[in-house]
Amino acid sequence: MVPLLYFQLLGAALFGIGLYGALARRSAVLIILSIELMLNAVNINLIAAASYLNGIGRFAAFDGQIIAIFVITVAAAEVGLAFAIILRMYRNRGTINVDEINILKW
Amino acid sequence: MQLALFIIVAIFTIGGALGVVATRNVVHAALFLLLSLLGAAGAYLLLFAEFLALVQVLIYGGAVTIVVLFAVMLTRSSEYPRITDNRQWPLGLITALVLSSVLGAAFWLTPADADAERKAPVFTDLASSLFTKWALPFEIASLVLLVALIGAIIIARQQNVVVTDDTSPEGED
Repeated sequence: MVPLLYFQLLGAALFGIGLYGALARRSAVLIILSIELMLNAVNINLIAAASYLNGIGRFAAFDGQIIAIFVITVAAAEVGLAFAIILRMYRNRGTINVDEINILKW
Repeated sequence: MQLALFIIVAIFTIGGALGVVATRNVVHAALFLLLSLLGAAGAYLLLFAEFLALVQVLIYGGAVTIVVLFAVMLTRSSEYPRITDNRQWPLGLITALVLSSVLGAAFWLTPADADAERKAPVFTDLASSLFTKWALPFEIASLVLLVALIGAIIIARQQNVVVTDDTSPEGED
């Protein structure tokens, strides 16, 4: 049987990879993809905790899985909005390089 | 047996994620993301979360990947190869490594008292819990989706209104 720690380490590694992508990439699309990776790392941790700590302490049976469902919902909404904003940005500025989108910077 | 399956799933997930952050081609990055997300769905199956695995394949494997590919096609893809990484990527690498190590050490040093005889939960309990205890957050989540949908349509379609206003006088000329 796989220990809970392995799933947690998988989530931690996935979150680190996603964080690197979000910090190091220049294309807005690739940054969104990296954020999706981070959300999935969180989901893996939530579901692992829900599966292994089922009914222990204050955790009810399915709480972790249901929170993961909400994370997936919000992630889907975020992807839709983010790509609408990226399309808009591309039409207005002709680029999706986030280093050139600096009108909020002074 | 479970450990071997877990290792396969972890290789898919981590390898796909590394492909997302390493490749220079955005379409390849989207396909690597699909690989990683399907690996995560396999991890959910190993954790007895069949419904979550199904939702993951449907939403991420289907919808999100298609949306990503649409966004890549609708923006100029010839621009992508020269805008891969920015100058601060060593800083980002250090930050990510430090965060991963701290998270891993925290998990390592605080072992959870997990129950040994883990059994597959009853599937219908998920639905009854979702629609009784979590009913209000469920409704709020549906509202969030509705608002995000309307907002995305408004943001993405605004240009068309301007175009029709601009072209109608030219049509009269």
